[in-house]
Amino acid sequence: MKFQVERDVLAEAVAWTARALPARPALPVLAGMRLQAGEDLTLSSFDYDVSAQASLPVAVEEEGDVLVSGRLLAEITRSLPPRPVEVHTDGARTILTCGSAQFSLLMLPAEDYPALPDMPPAVGTVESDVFAAAVAQVATAAGRDDTLPALTGVRIEIEADTLTLIATDRYRLAVRELRWSPAKPDLSAAVLVPGRALADTARALTAGAEVSIALALPGENGDGMIGFEGGGRRATTRLLGGEFPRYQALLPDQVNATAELPAALLSESVKRVALVAERNTPVRLSFTPGQLLLEAGTGDEAQAAETLEASYEGDDIQIAFNPQYLLDGLTVMDSDTVRISFTAPAKPAVITGKPAADQAPDYRYLLMPIRLGG
Amino acid sequence: MSADVADDAGCHILHVDMDAFYVSVEIRDRPELSAVPVIVGATGGRGVVLSASYSARTFGVRSAMPVMRARRLCPQAVFLPPRHDLYAAVSKEVMAIFRAVTPQVEPLALDEAFLDVSGALRRVGTPVVIARMIREQVAEQQGITCSVGVANCKFVAKIASVHCKPDGLLVVPSGGVLAFLHPLPVSALWGVGERTGQLLARLGLRTVGDIAHTPAASLQRELGVAHGSHLAALAWGRDERAVVPHAPEKSIGAEETFASDVDDPGLIRRELLRLSQRTARGLRSSGCVARTVVIKLRLANFTTITRSRTLPEPTDVAHKIHETACALYEAAGLDRARLRLVGVRVTGLVPASAAATQLVLGEQPTAWREAERAVDKITRRFGADAVRPAALVPDEHDRQHGQTGSGGRDDGSWSRTDG
Repeated sequence: MKFQVERDVLAEAVAWTARALPARPALPVLAGMRLQAGEDLTLSSFDYDVSAQASLPVAVEEEGDVLVSGRLLAEITRSLPPRPVEVHTDGARTILTCGSAQFSLLMLPAEDYPALPDMPPAVGTVESDVFAAAVAQVATAAGRDDTLPALTGVRIEIEADTLTLIATDRYRLAVRELRWSPAKPDLSAAVLVPGRALADTARALTAGAEVSIALALPGENGDGMIGFEGGGRRATTRLLGGEFPRYQALLPDQVNATAELPAALLSESVKRVALVAERNTPVRLSFTPGQLLLEAGTGDEAQAAETLEASYEGDDIQIAFNPQYLLDGLTVMDSDTVRISFTAPAKPAVITGKPAADQAPDYRYLLMPIRLGG
Repeated sequence: MSADVADDAGCHILHVDMDAFYVSVEIRDRPELSAVPVIVGATGGRGVVLSASYSARTFGVRSAMPVMRARRLCPQAVFLPPRHDLYAAVSKEVMAIFRAVTPQVEPLALDEAFLDVSGALRRVGTPVVIARMIREQVAEQQGITCSVGVANCKFVAKIASVHCKPDGLLVVPSGGVLAFLHPLPVSALWGVGERTGQLLARLGLRTVGDIAHTPAASLQRELGVAHGSHLAALAWGRDERAVVPHAPEKSIGAEETFASDVDDPGLIRRELLRLSQRTARGLRSSGCVARTVVIKLRLANFTTITRSRTLPEPTDVAHKIHETACALYEAAGLDRARLRLVGVRVTGLVPASAAATQLVLGEQPTAWREAERAVDKITRRFGADAVRPAALVPDEHDRQHGQTGSGGRDDGSWSRTDG
């Protein structure tokens, strides 16, 4: 095997593929990244739950198929000087040369490397940057607690030309609707995708204009799988099982008060005030006409207060939130102005951008308050 | 007196120990009892003696002895159920007397504490003057007596207070530590219980002096490195541990010794429910919520296991405490071991008004809390048995076997320690 490639092109493709390298490989060969040089160079990694594959154009002098330590290759390519890279095999070693730097890597037995799962059938396409932004908006609300595996997932509902992404960790819930182009106009399905893997994949697939989504529903062929492909990259992820909460019932069906204010000012103020909020302690929001008072800290601890101008309609309300949860929602809001709707102090607040007149917001972030005192 | 004062140079550690604390408090409130032997202990079938008056001790009654045995040894004694709230309140006053002398107070229990008085010497007087002052103030203000050991280190001070009980004061001068220690039996040393005592006896070591004159290497070989060198150091009067001031952690809890050992997980979970309820009731009435749930499991062979778990949010809800207690019990993996005692305790108390609860989407946040508060109101009006979880209603089985009887067992044996 022998090929030449630009340093940045190689480094980026290796870094992307290295995402699927298992931290604790079930088999020694799974710590490897497979390099297949044919017409193009194809890089692969796999840990049975997720797979990643990147294809990139390189100048191939001699075809070949090698397996080297993925972690080491990623670290090396990240640190190379900005010079063309040449890779070739020499007996039992793979030699990587860049400028005057040379690395000689041990080869793992490529013949033992498991075949990557076939890409399931494509079911439609979506704009890559819209998809990445939507996934980021939703994945922030996904649970991190592996004892509740279903809540670590993002639910993707497909209904004709609408994708709905939902995630919740029981304290907040994020819902995003977006348009896509289904292969079949009457497609209807719902799957649960591991949240962290989905967020990583979506963020990394913005190289191409579109992402193709491929789906194998759970059934006789196993757990089901979702695949994403675009810009020479493809990734597959095994679907999660388990019961996802019936989120529709959680969306408040009435609004008693609404506040609107600049998103950036609000997040900055929450961050400032929260400096005195120790672990698990809330920021308190008091809305009165024209004004929002933010406070944190109690009693004999440090305290902070700040007021912001805000348009507010409704009875005065006092409500408290986990500052990090509040910031998570504000940070991913795709609008300069946020709207916060309240039903009651013990009911979820709904945070959205300010939609154009008579349009429903396409992103909603529900946040349960913190109840103070006894 | 002048001799004492001359001898106490360098003796900056005081060990203050209340004399027969629970009994003394009871007698203070009912002076007519001072003429008879008095024993405080749970009056149920398998309760143990918590405190015995000195006259009861002359009959061989000791702390931690089963009450049944104490009754046989001293049938004429007056047996009283414990009033933990009262003892905690008296203890708080006594500790306040200590803290007026020095902030360097390390409470060991409700009824004893170490004081490092080196910072108070210039202001108050020599260690003996301070010890006398504390004894006078405790007697005048609380109507009970205490004994004080004065020495240059913690464990000698502790042995000294044991030595001068009751109502005594003993100074072990720095130069006289070895003369004081060496004739004592080995059991006087911390870390010498029944088993170590037997082991030492087999080696022919009966007094502290015998230990002191045994090579440290031999002790380490017989007792293990840590324990052996620990005893060697103590035998030479060396104890480097400082007095560590701390407020005793606030906690609320309840425990139950079964009438006979229990191995049925269902019954144990039910007892945990009863104890969780009692604990939660105590929390609510004190206006606190707690962050950590601790369970105590004592096996039939007296091995005691404790397990604890800190909750994501503090609670005062019995349902939550019970759920956690059961999870801890199951995680202990006892596999139907026979239990003699189970206990539930909560620590990490904070005022409920300062506590915050992250609400959960789609859950009625207040359901259990409100239900339990409603029960509190009913029981205040109609008594403890008016309302209770269905699992705690005695059924035929219980009546036949008497394992979870009600009545006398709910007599408030949850306790609150509060320095």
